[in-house]
Amino acid sequence: MERTVTYENDLNLKATELRLGLPGTDDSDKQTPSGVRSNKRTLSETTEECRSKSNSGTSDARNDDTETAPAAKAQVVGWPPIRSYRKNSFQPKKTEAEAAGIYVKVSMDGAPYLRKIDLKSYKGYPELLKALENMFKFTIGQYSEREGYNGSDYAPTYEDKDGDWMLVGDVPWEMFISSCKRLRIMKGSEARGLGSYV
Amino acid sequence: MAYSFPEEVLEHVFSFIQDDKDRNAVSLVCKSWYEIERWCRRRIFVGNCYAVSPRIVMRRFPELRSVSLKGKPHFADFNLVPEGWGGYVYPWISAMAEAYPWLEELRLKRMVVTDEALELISRSFKNFSVLVLSSCEGFTTDGLAAIAANCRNLRVLELWECEVDDRSGNWLSHFPESCTSLVSLSFPCLDGEVSFSALERLVSRCTNLRTLRLNNSVPLDKLPNLLRRAPQLVDLGTGAYTAELRPELYSKLGDAFAGCKGLKSLSGFWEAVPSYLPATYSICAGIRSLNLSYATIQSPDLVKLIRQCPNLQRLWVLDYIEDCGLNALATTCKDLQELRVFPSDPFGVEANVSLTEQGLVSVSEGCPKLQSVLYFCRQMSNAALFTIARNRPNLTRFRLCIIEPRAPDYLTLQPLDAGFGAIVENCKDLQRLSLSGLLTDRVFEYIGTHAKKLEMLSIAFAGDSDLGLHHVLSGCNSLRKLEIRDCPFGDQALLANASKLETMRSLWMSSCSVSFEACKLLGQKMPSLNVEVIDERGSPESRPESLPIDKLYIYRTIAGPRCDMPSFVWNMGERSALRFS
Repeated sequence: MERTVTYENDLNLKATELRLGLPGTDDSDKQTPSGVRSNKRTLSETTEECRSKSNSGTSDARNDDTETAPAAKAQVVGWPPIRSYRKNSFQPKKTEAEAAGIYVKVSMDGAPYLRKIDLKSYKGYPELLKALENMFKFTIGQYSEREGYNGSDYAPTYEDKDGDWMLVGDVPWEMFISSCKRLRIMKGSEARGLGSYV
Repeated sequence: MAYSFPEEVLEHVFSFIQDDKDRNAVSLVCKSWYEIERWCRRRIFVGNCYAVSPRIVMRRFPELRSVSLKGKPHFADFNLVPEGWGGYVYPWISAMAEAYPWLEELRLKRMVVTDEALELISRSFKNFSVLVLSSCEGFTTDGLAAIAANCRNLRVLELWECEVDDRSGNWLSHFPESCTSLVSLSFPCLDGEVSFSALERLVSRCTNLRTLRLNNSVPLDKLPNLLRRAPQLVDLGTGAYTAELRPELYSKLGDAFAGCKGLKSLSGFWEAVPSYLPATYSICAGIRSLNLSYATIQSPDLVKLIRQCPNLQRLWVLDYIEDCGLNALATTCKDLQELRVFPSDPFGVEANVSLTEQGLVSVSEGCPKLQSVLYFCRQMSNAALFTIARNRPNLTRFRLCIIEPRAPDYLTLQPLDAGFGAIVENCKDLQRLSLSGLLTDRVFEYIGTHAKKLEMLSIAFAGDSDLGLHHVLSGCNSLRKLEIRDCPFGDQALLANASKLETMRSLWMSSCSVSFEACKLLGQKMPSLNVEVIDERGSPESRPESLPIDKLYIYRTIAGPRCDMPSFVWNMGERSALRFS
């Protein structure tokens, strides 16, 4: 007679409730076997198949059990048995050029702490600026080539490879991420003056 | 007695006997040998810090120089032991500070070590030279600073997989300029930054440094300088192994590695970028041990590196290596003794890499010296296990983790009983075994029948009934440590084999079917055991006695119930029973 208890990550009272019902009466999905999988199938085939919601008759039996939320399965405490520091090794396949991130420090005038961001995780200036706004809780004005950032007390600047301080947005994005060493969000009069030097 | 050797002679003879088991045997010969031996024993290993008390140890062995202690049960590594359970080292340090002023070496595993304990160590033992902390927690870099500052003769400072609070006090800078004695410095588990200049100066002046394992805060561009200052290194753990592609850095790194002709072990490689791996090639022929388990690089690049290491004996790697990479390993590394393959995406629902049972089968075929295996995978078959068992009867450690609990043989959908049965039947010297997959009581019958040298067994989500546990407890003659989770094992097997528990170090059972009633009975009948019920839901007294308890930890002891149990741990012994009435 088997007793199964599903553990969730947080203290879940339901999980600690003792249940001595008959086997098969609880809602655990662990009772089903891993599914009929032909060992001849290639990995990409299987993954594609599992991703598509419209399953053909040859689909993996386990698909029927997965919840609507992808990848997030009810995690059993302490299983699989790996140490916590080993849990974050997953990296989707990347080309070598993509693998190394570009981490730069970001400071904001007046804020007591710095942040670090990976420039590679943004596709362009709008995303980057939005992220900075969220991170430091402020608003950046409208960018224009002639006048810099209008309508705000803040201006995002960066130090480039030559040690010069530049206004974020002046150069093409790719050039920016390869030459940016760190970011500084300037405030006040210093910031307001920046755009009008050209 | 008239014909026995003088004490000094016996003592001299005993000094050649270092092995613990031999020393213990010597002490059992007769009373005078016991006496002589206890005065000249210098090293002691205590596998369970609660099996004995500091006072008992000190009373018997007054002249120890080296002490090793282990605290929490192994399953604490996977968060199954609640915070605060125990394993505090401070009482030991405080007792030893008085009894062993000449203590030189301390090795602790799974213990709670505080900064106070570290400070006390640093002040109490004038000749202190070796501190190894494995899987310990409770201290900060301030404690490390005290060790660095005060231990004049420190030779070894190693931190393995510890949880350390970083206080950014630059602990490394606390090594005085006069410290030149370091032979081994290892801190890969630390999160925080260290002062590079202090590190470089330290490495420069410690000319006997053989082992240097950095943490990932040390960037790659600092590595060449460090290596140049320590060409005598045998064991290197790099810091972060990533940088932009810079030709001058690459060639500096290559030259620096080439200068370390004695390197035998490489590890670290955090965030490894494949293009920098060839910088190590010049010394790869000498490499015996390679830990790439933090390197998220793909199979082709892993294979390129492994092909450079034909003398490899130990490989730890992520499952990015895939079956094809393991094939390459099998053809290249004929001296391989130990393989560990860790999962890169343990919680993913589907496999993210093409690593199956085939990889392990290949290695078992190609590597005749393979003894120790830790393998995480998503599918296994009885056929594969038969093959592995047939190929490698010399296996001594076999830990298989099929990620999905209760996964059957994926080809036949049968339980994996027969496969594991083949393992224990063929591998007659098997000392350690971890099971996974769909398993019935049958597998335990095989284990009880054949696994006569088995010392440690880990079981999860397996078995049908008490019979399974009974087979193990009654059949495994050499069993010392048994850890079980989520199995339908209950009272009968435990009570029927109560005396077996006195021959073992410990038994852990969680989420099984052992009733409170049975625990009490066991605790009362077996005074030489500590039967600890661990239950964070509250006292087991508040529920019917026949209901299963949450977690059970049983260990033999000559120290009686411990005094430092938290509120969620109850001892089931005779005296403790009175507390309930």
